Amino acid sequence: MSVRLVKGNTAVIIGAMYAGCDCYFGYPITPANEILHEASHYFPKVGRKMVQAESEEAAINMVYGAAAAGHRVLTASAGPGMSLKQEGLSYLAGAELPAVIVDIQRAGPGLGNIGPEQADYNQAVKSGGHGNYKCIVLAPNSVQEMCDLTYKGFDLAFKYRNPVIILSDGVLGQMMEPVVFPKEAIAPVIDTTWAVSGNTETKKNLISSIFLDFAQQEAFNEKLQKKYREISDKEPLFEEYMTDDADIVLVSYGISSRISKSAVDEARKEGLKVGLFRPITLFPFPEKEIQKIAERDVTFIAVEMSAGQMRDDIMLAIRCKRPVDLVNRLGGNVIETTKVMAKIRDIANNRKV
Amino acid sequence: MAGEIQKKCSAPGSEKVYKRPDSMNEIYLRKGGAAPTATHYCSGCGHGIIHKLIGEAIDDLGIQDRCVLISPVGCAVFAYYYFDIGNVQAAHGRAPAVGTGISRARDNAVVMSYQGDGDLASIGLNETIQAANRGEKMCVFFVNNTIYGMTGGQMAPTTLVGEITTTCQEGRNSDYTGFPLHMCEILSNLTAPVFIERVSVSDIKHIRKAKIAIKKALEVQRDGKGYAFVEILAGCPNNLRQDSKESIDFINNEVEKEFPLGNFRDRIADTTPLIRPDSDFSKAKLDEVFGIVESVEYATPDPDFKKCLVKIAGFGGQGVLSMGTILAQAGIYGGKNVSWYPSYGPEQRGGTANCSVVLSARPIGSPVVYTPDILVALNRPSLEKFDKDVGPGSYLIYDSSVDNYTPPAGVKAYCVPAVDIAMKSGSAKAVNTVMLGVILSLGQVDLTEKEFEKAIAESFADRPKLIELNLQILKAGYEWAKENLK
Repeated sequence: MSVRLVKGNTAVIIGAMYAGCDCYFGYPITPANEILHEASHYFPKVGRKMVQAESEEAAINMVYGAAAAGHRVLTASAGPGMSLKQEGLSYLAGAELPAVIVDIQRAGPGLGNIGPEQADYNQAVKSGGHGNYKCIVLAPNSVQEMCDLTYKGFDLAFKYRNPVIILSDGVLGQMMEPVVFPKEAIAPVIDTTWAVSGNTETKKNLISSIFLDFAQQEAFNEKLQKKYREISDKEPLFEEYMTDDADIVLVSYGISSRISKSAVDEARKEGLKVGLFRPITLFPFPEKEIQKIAERDVTFIAVEMSAGQMRDDIMLAIRCKRPVDLVNRLGGNVIETTKVMAKIRDIANNRKV
Repeated sequence: MAGEIQKKCSAPGSEKVYKRPDSMNEIYLRKGGAAPTATHYCSGCGHGIIHKLIGEAIDDLGIQDRCVLISPVGCAVFAYYYFDIGNVQAAHGRAPAVGTGISRARDNAVVMSYQGDGDLASIGLNETIQAANRGEKMCVFFVNNTIYGMTGGQMAPTTLVGEITTTCQEGRNSDYTGFPLHMCEILSNLTAPVFIERVSVSDIKHIRKAKIAIKKALEVQRDGKGYAFVEILAGCPNNLRQDSKESIDFINNEVEKEFPLGNFRDRIADTTPLIRPDSDFSKAKLDEVFGIVESVEYATPDPDFKKCLVKIAGFGGQGVLSMGTILAQAGIYGGKNVSWYPSYGPEQRGGTANCSVVLSARPIGSPVVYTPDILVALNRPSLEKFDKDVGPGSYLIYDSSVDNYTPPAGVKAYCVPAVDIAMKSGSAKAVNTVMLGVILSLGQVDLTEKEFEKAIAESFADRPKLIELNLQILKAGYEWAKENLK
């Protein structure tokens, strides 16, 4: 076992390179910069390709090009840069191209600041570009998972020929934790059934998202929706912590979920029956599992660094069957355990009444 | 399908027969519809001619299988109907970026983008210039017909002054819309491009010259020499409300006057092929570049140890962040869960920097330390910012250069002459290492001297000369604390 103390941003590059990613295209933006730095450092050492693009749009379109060629390709950005990449994400999804895009979320709207936030949730999960499409969205909550979910992201991207977003944040990107390196290094084989690689085997292939014929465009859209349903059936990932007997269930992802876990521990010490439900995939949102919890008389608390963007999805998932409260911080502030505890105590008292 | 339409091959005895290039489809199946051999282009449009010239050049150079054509947004969005080569359709203006991606991923591919004036010179101007400036291995065919075709004849960056379009219905007025953009001239200011030429396909005479330029641009790609750009003046008689003669005259007399034909750059002979290496996917090589060392020993954590929250703060440049990483690394050797979290961005430049280190037997929740068990403050602003967060019984360690300071009541405050100790031990810079020695002596982090030493060795692995020095300084700090802090 090889353990190394690395930043979350570095862990992304480790995960990607062991997953056989050989193309990186990116543009500088804080707090995602180290991903670009590490790509420029490590990729050329093993003959892999890295370009510092002239813009976020150019970066995502370079991703489109290398993905069209059948390669495993990565880019990373943060809030304002992700906004610029939305056109490219729509085209990737429309052309059914696999790619992994990392979002180290920071505070917005507008220029905002470089502190951590989780307010790109809607843009990532609901898809910020035009058209009916979905990105698979994975939400790590540790430096280890920054590595592991990036690695896994490539498998999912190629399994479904679909863009995958790693929805992280400034804390996870900047913090250091020990990382166990991947046990395997993948040597990818290009899928010649669809890729356009500039060789005899792929000469017949076409990468495009245009269907002038309305019926064809509709049929294609339906095909996409079928794919998304399959993803929703097969790929939800989540973690449950002490939810079995809980009557207050925190729902939280990413860095907030760790603070929530600390709050659960603290609440249990006070004899309060509190648990944590942590979605690891945000699309697909683990609806069925959360519905199961909602069958009991529980109160949910969404704990997130946004104005309640994920909370909406909890309410949708449980069809508003149970109350869903919210604890949050905005503007670059990390939620304190004390704030979560205050809400838990408050709700626990009210539930007794 | 072959045979349905006879390919016009050379018949015995015939003088010259123009045949369909092999790299172009016989029947446009992708197009569909009732006329499978007719293009979707309007009569008098230049695209059909240019497509054929490209097809012929591909055949001549024997590069069909290596070719990837990027079609733009605009009338040529359907260029892929016609070419029997790999095709990628791109977003509006992004073809040079898409081409960059393909070309970098596939060093052997012959990448060409085919773009109109709105796509290339307006919405995609940045991508165009930057790809050219990087000398990407791709060729760009830029069809300049002075107008947006597909969207309905709007003004383009290349529209002539006085030319009537649907968005300048009185004629382009330079007072409001500036002047035509000259792409060949702009790109000629760049160092990297290997080949730049402007041609026209207005009539037979011009088409012959255009063919030579197109072939040269593809030759550059065949040989992997770099970036080539061919601007092709073409007609759009439908949108410009011209008949065939007017269209030809307009290009030859007016457009050509604004956009003079000719070669702007030809460094083909002087340029050597640029061959990029293949990707290495072996695990052994990855392990090597990441410096993976197997079988490092880690201690078993003490189950009685709960956790210790440490905050380290000071000026940028005092080694605040690296002190934190050494402490966290020591924690790993000590079998603890650890996290390290910095203040980052503008505040660390010139101003104060701080980092949080959490050492814990259990998985760590928040890596942000609000109420430290140990605060190390290397300057006054840090003390004043964070001392109120240190609770009774917790440790506050600060440098003795901060004078006239009164710590909060109940706090275990230690004033350490860290700068003096560091200087005496041989490096005034190593104040942070002195403080690590002090932390070690407190016993609060439940780590051994050995684990600290290993972490210092790891931290200075690429500057081995500093390892011994820092180990001495660690010891000096530790011993000073043992003696003075009882």
